[in-house]
Amino acid sequence: MNAAESTRFAVHGVTANKLRSALTTLGILIGVAAVIILVAVGTGSSQAVQDSISRLGSNTLTVSSTSTAGGGRGGGGPAALFGGGGATGTTSGTKTRASALTMDDAKALTDKAAAPDILGVAPVVSAQSVTATYTGASHTVGTFTGSTPAYLLIDNDTVATGSTFTDAEYNAHRRVALVGTTVAKDLAGGDGTTIVGKTVAFNGKQFTVVGILTSKGSTGPQDSDDRVIAPATAVQDTLAGYGSLSSISVKATSAATTTAAQDEVQQILDGRHHVTSSDRDYSVFSASSLLSAATSSSQTFTVLLGAVAAISLLVGGIGVMNIMLVTVTERTREIGIRKAIGAGRGDIVGQFLLEAVMLSLFGAIVGVAVGLIGAQFTIVGVQPVVAPYSVVLAVGVALLTGLFFGLYPANRAATLRPIDALRYE
Amino acid sequence: MTTKPPPVIDLAAVTKTYGADDTVVHALAGVDLLVQRGDYLAVMGASGSGKSTLMNIVGCLDSATRGRYLLDGVDVRRRDEQTLSRIRNRKIGFVFQSFNLIPRTTALRNVELPLAYAGVGAAQRRDRAMAALERVGLADRVGHVPSQLSGGQQQRVAVARALVTDPVLLLADEPTGALDSHSTEEILDLFDELSLAGRTLMVITHEADVAHRAKRIVRMRDGLIISDERHGPVDGPPPGASGLAQVAS
Repeated sequence: MNAAESTRFAVHGVTANKLRSALTTLGILIGVAAVIILVAVGTGSSQAVQDSISRLGSNTLTVSSTSTAGGGRGGGGPAALFGGGGATGTTSGTKTRASALTMDDAKALTDKAAAPDILGVAPVVSAQSVTATYTGASHTVGTFTGSTPAYLLIDNDTVATGSTFTDAEYNAHRRVALVGTTVAKDLAGGDGTTIVGKTVAFNGKQFTVVGILTSKGSTGPQDSDDRVIAPATAVQDTLAGYGSLSSISVKATSAATTTAAQDEVQQILDGRHHVTSSDRDYSVFSASSLLSAATSSSQTFTVLLGAVAAISLLVGGIGVMNIMLVTVTERTREIGIRKAIGAGRGDIVGQFLLEAVMLSLFGAIVGVAVGLIGAQFTIVGVQPVVAPYSVVLAVGVALLTGLFFGLYPANRAATLRPIDALRYE
Repeated sequence: MTTKPPPVIDLAAVTKTYGADDTVVHALAGVDLLVQRGDYLAVMGASGSGKSTLMNIVGCLDSATRGRYLLDGVDVRRRDEQTLSRIRNRKIGFVFQSFNLIPRTTALRNVELPLAYAGVGAAQRRDRAMAALERVGLADRVGHVPSQLSGGQQQRVAVARALVTDPVLLLADEPTGALDSHSTEEILDLFDELSLAGRTLMVITHEADVAHRAKRIVRMRDGLIISDERHGPVDGPPPGASGLAQVAS
């Protein structure tokens, strides 16, 4: 008997009881769709994390002070929450320590001989709790950064409207500022572009807005466009004081040289601060190290989701086996007839195995369709990204499930003795 | 013809026992039976006489405990399941009391089934199945499924299925047991025609009027053949065929 004939018998067997076949198929369908969608959610969320990290620039290093006292505002986040007002921040900022990061540290890192892998260096001073006022409107700035023009390059920033400030303006301590779109819209209304060229008071200090930064969009609860960048010299003059730097942003020449750049940074700063790796008073943090940590954790997450979905696929497979056992029992007489008129063992095994595989194959195909459609929707805030391997894996496992769970019922059918099977009522 | 064809059935001292020791049951207690090509044989007996066991052994559905069985000159004892399947497919056509058609499958497909298992190609299979259905007078019912056919029609489909592989033996187990008198007559007339055409038939029955249409009646009791009467010559027409000829004329 040829394969086409076996297939026809199997199709006939599957379509004989459509509701039952459909319900059995549903188990496989849900399993396959679940594997595809859940793995897509896992992949999607890990890609979202990777995107937001790589937006920092994968070859960007941030050097920050780990000394506990002094320029506490350099630490960023937590200090900002408690900063009661500009005055407090300014006062504490003036306290200096030998170990804190200084402008000279930043300058030392630009030494091309000692640090060939460093492309750019930007010292960062931040001012906390800055309130901007402009013609009656006021806005509390999320992040107020003082730096050099190089900072824009390192932070992957561009200016959408107006122009950036220059090195000359930096050296001249010019009170100019670049504002994010959120700040511009809040102060000037409309799309905010009218603010370019106008003077805005930040905590009472007058700055001229020279440009609006290109929108970076918001990642999570944090608004990346609620910020102001101004020359560090002017910020120290007016808002932050001449204390230590909050951090130093360093850009490596490429993603591949990030590690080498990190070593160079540590070598230079260790020498300047007279410390070794054991008592280092600063830390170098790279986006790529965060990226690899995030990637491995999101991989664990994806595997976990996939495993849960695989269990539902297994349950679907058991459903196929259950139905095939019922089918074999129900069709014992038919098996007897087939054997009496000359069906061999292989013919019977083939027929019932094909039926089981057909149920799971059909379930798998519809499951892939449902999975692909389901992955188009945003699920719990994550845009799923279908991983091709998950589709192949799910279909493969579904087919194997059909084969594995179909084998026992098919064998049972084939080993029935024709006289027993014919006598069966 | 220079060489005489071997007998279709050649049973010698065939026994069949079930169970062991104290509970042993002798379903067949030593049966000798020789059936020549073209014969039309009826096997009669009450239930428990061993006629069903005889039919299972003759039909290669079961194997004998002892004794020799040559089917069309081939020893079929101690063959594996796969070989027996092939022998059943090539040499025997079965007709059962309860028709035993595959449900939800058209008459044509049912008749094609033995050919499918024999590995016959689709086109030839269809032609032969159509010819067999025409032979039993159901050419206009080929697309009907069993539930759309009367009992008599279903049994005729079963006969067509038994004939389609051109077997040496047509084995019928109570073929009229589930039929009304009109359908019974139809099937028995069909058997007469087949016998006239030279087919070898063996009909298991407990109805005397069915048995009396055969050329030879074998009676069984307690696993033994107790009588063997001949009512017509092996190569002659069956006793009921004269009546058929009248109907036909």
